[in-house]
Amino acid sequence: MLHKLFMYEALREAIDEEMARDKRVFVLGEDVGHYGGSYKVTKQLHTKYGDLRVLDTPIAENSFTGMAIGAAMTGLKPVVEGMNLSFLLLAFNQISNNAGMLHYTSGGNWSIPLVIRGPGGIGKQLSAEHSQRIEAYFQAVPGLKIVACSTPYNAKGLLKAAIRDNNPVLFLEHVLLYNLKQEIPKQEYVLPLDKAQVVREGSDVTIITYSRMLHHVMQAVKQLVAQGMNPEVIDLISLKPIDLETLVTSVSKTHKAIIVEECMQTGGIAAEVMAQIYSHAFDELDAPIRRLSSKDVPTPYNGYLEQACLVQPTQIVEAVKTLMST
Amino acid sequence: MHLIWMALRASSRRLWGVCSRGRLRFTCAAGSTDSASAAVQRERVEARAEKPSAPSTKNFELSPFALYLLDRGPETLVQASREELLGYHRLMFTMRRMEIGADQLYKAQKIRGFCHLYDGQEAVAAGMSQVITFDDYLITAYRNHCQQLMRGDTVEGIIAELLGRAIGCSQGKGGSMHLYFPENNYFGGNGIVGAQVPLGTGLAFAAKYKKENAVSITMMGDGAANQGQVYESFNMAALWKLPVVYVIENNQYGMGTSANRAAANPLYYTRGAYIPGIRVDGMDVLAVREATRFAKDWCLQGNGPILLEMQTYRYHGHSMSDPGITYRTRDEINEMRKTRDPIEKVKSRLVDVGWVTADELKQTERAIRQDVDEAIKRALDAPEPAPELLWKHLYTTEATRVRGTSIDNGYEA
Repeated sequence: MLHKLFMYEALREAIDEEMARDKRVFVLGEDVGHYGGSYKVTKQLHTKYGDLRVLDTPIAENSFTGMAIGAAMTGLKPVVEGMNLSFLLLAFNQISNNAGMLHYTSGGNWSIPLVIRGPGGIGKQLSAEHSQRIEAYFQAVPGLKIVACSTPYNAKGLLKAAIRDNNPVLFLEHVLLYNLKQEIPKQEYVLPLDKAQVVREGSDVTIITYSRMLHHVMQAVKQLVAQGMNPEVIDLISLKPIDLETLVTSVSKTHKAIIVEECMQTGGIAAEVMAQIYSHAFDELDAPIRRLSSKDVPTPYNGYLEQACLVQPTQIVEAVKTLMST
Repeated sequence: MHLIWMALRASSRRLWGVCSRGRLRFTCAAGSTDSASAAVQRERVEARAEKPSAPSTKNFELSPFALYLLDRGPETLVQASREELLGYHRLMFTMRRMEIGADQLYKAQKIRGFCHLYDGQEAVAAGMSQVITFDDYLITAYRNHCQQLMRGDTVEGIIAELLGRAIGCSQGKGGSMHLYFPENNYFGGNGIVGAQVPLGTGLAFAAKYKKENAVSITMMGDGAANQGQVYESFNMAALWKLPVVYVIENNQYGMGTSANRAAANPLYYTRGAYIPGIRVDGMDVLAVREATRFAKDWCLQGNGPILLEMQTYRYHGHSMSDPGITYRTRDEINEMRKTRDPIEKVKSRLVDVGWVTADELKQTERAIRQDVDEAIKRALDAPEPAPELLWKHLYTTEATRVRGTSIDNGYEA
């Protein structure tokens, strides 16, 4: 049995099911309760679970993230919502030192079963500070897990997995994907947090991507297939740790790889993926790995400039064709 | 007893009257407190005079507590038993010897990195130990070896962690600033100034969420009291009436900057603005005990957070890297040692009422010195952590692959 849901509804179902199942799970963040969540992900949950389990916080990211970590150290399972993931930069110290590092620094004494979720990425002219691509900033923090959802189906399954996981998980949603609609099972399902997904099997070239760029890639793939090519598309899903097995298996088949990411090129997710593929599968490659990333600039407000900042499907088509001809 | 208390409360309200600005009773400067509390004290002494103390306890007089947003504060005429005071002496002297041992190990380059010693401040950790239980949550910053001790670890275990040995509480991976004792609800041991305050607020949140009869003792220094996240925490704690006792250990200096040069308002017990506060003589273990008892009761009655400023002093510099004499004089340090040392204070209390002789105390101290020295020796013999420990504890289930410094020296499960 299937039902058609918006992504924000799928996310809400995930949170609702996990809160019903486990009393230790609670949600906190700005306007998650009475206001219903700025992207409606937590809408009406407070009427079901009360003001303590769906906690409206003051605007104090650093300390309410720290507060969630303290609660997690006692065994509770907080789900922190950043109204925009950019705001979590204010809590970087808490996320890096207290969430990421504590299990290690304490020699295993503490577990931090924390989920930090919220929308990030480039939207529609939201301007630089509300259009940040922060996945690369947190990528190096030891002890964190980072997951990026891209469809209502994987959003629900991954968020449930993230909540159940006993490690701190940074759960990246995208501001422009909330209104994506998809048919998903009514039956309960949980997806593995650490596995990349082969979205389209192919043989010519491996296109690796994540989050919103998956949709730009699939638009490009339509054109590539029409021109007789057979690309394999892999959605990374887990940005930390990277599912290297799936990537190496694919590259061993296609011998060509291109990575399409929304974050900046410098020190980005693709930089890490490339380095890992080169370390483990250099001999399988017939050509250097290509990288398509957004420009190394803050997101401009002007609509045309903003579009120029991002990787567009036409650029993906061109890059794949160039790669195929080497 | 409760009826006497109710009568005293009523009479103290009549003595003060209502401030012209409305319901807020602001008593901050010692002057205004003295006249009010002196009268209250007289009534309390009279009340107690009707009830002699039990033979094994005696009454002790404490210096007055300065109060902020409070009608009444902790007791200043208190009872303590011989056993209790002897227990404080043992605990504080053990703390002192352990810290001096750490000083020597650091100078011998066996303890490395940053090492922040607590000698001079023992009364704060010791004074809390009889009033909070292991069901209560405790968290502090990096000057935390003595908190780890009063939460249940041993001198041997603590020194082992400072030496980075495998038998330390964090298996050698934490060090001085990352001591923890989860079984007894001790949450460390935190390196970043002020970052422990939101954590401690979260512990109180968990206590409220789980409907526990417990409080969170969240400690910080005078330096941390200027951090923004502290005030964010105060706001949430007051808003949701979280059972948290914020303890500001004011040892007069941040690192090399005196409290007066860092704070526009150095009356830290008033920094909670809408949160009541008490200024405590942190060199008097009984004063710490009374204030902590009062604060814990306050929280457990559902009143929300409360602030305790412990006026204390550290003999060492901020850490072993700081000689501690460039921003204060040796005279000041020696004066504190001579006139306000917390261990000497509890000793003179014991001797003055005739419960022990100075010689008996000397014997106890000799024995403690020996115990601590032997514990340190055992810690020095403890093994280094196994090399595999480098890769462990990244995640709660072991990571399958961790990058190394080159392609062939990583870790693969």
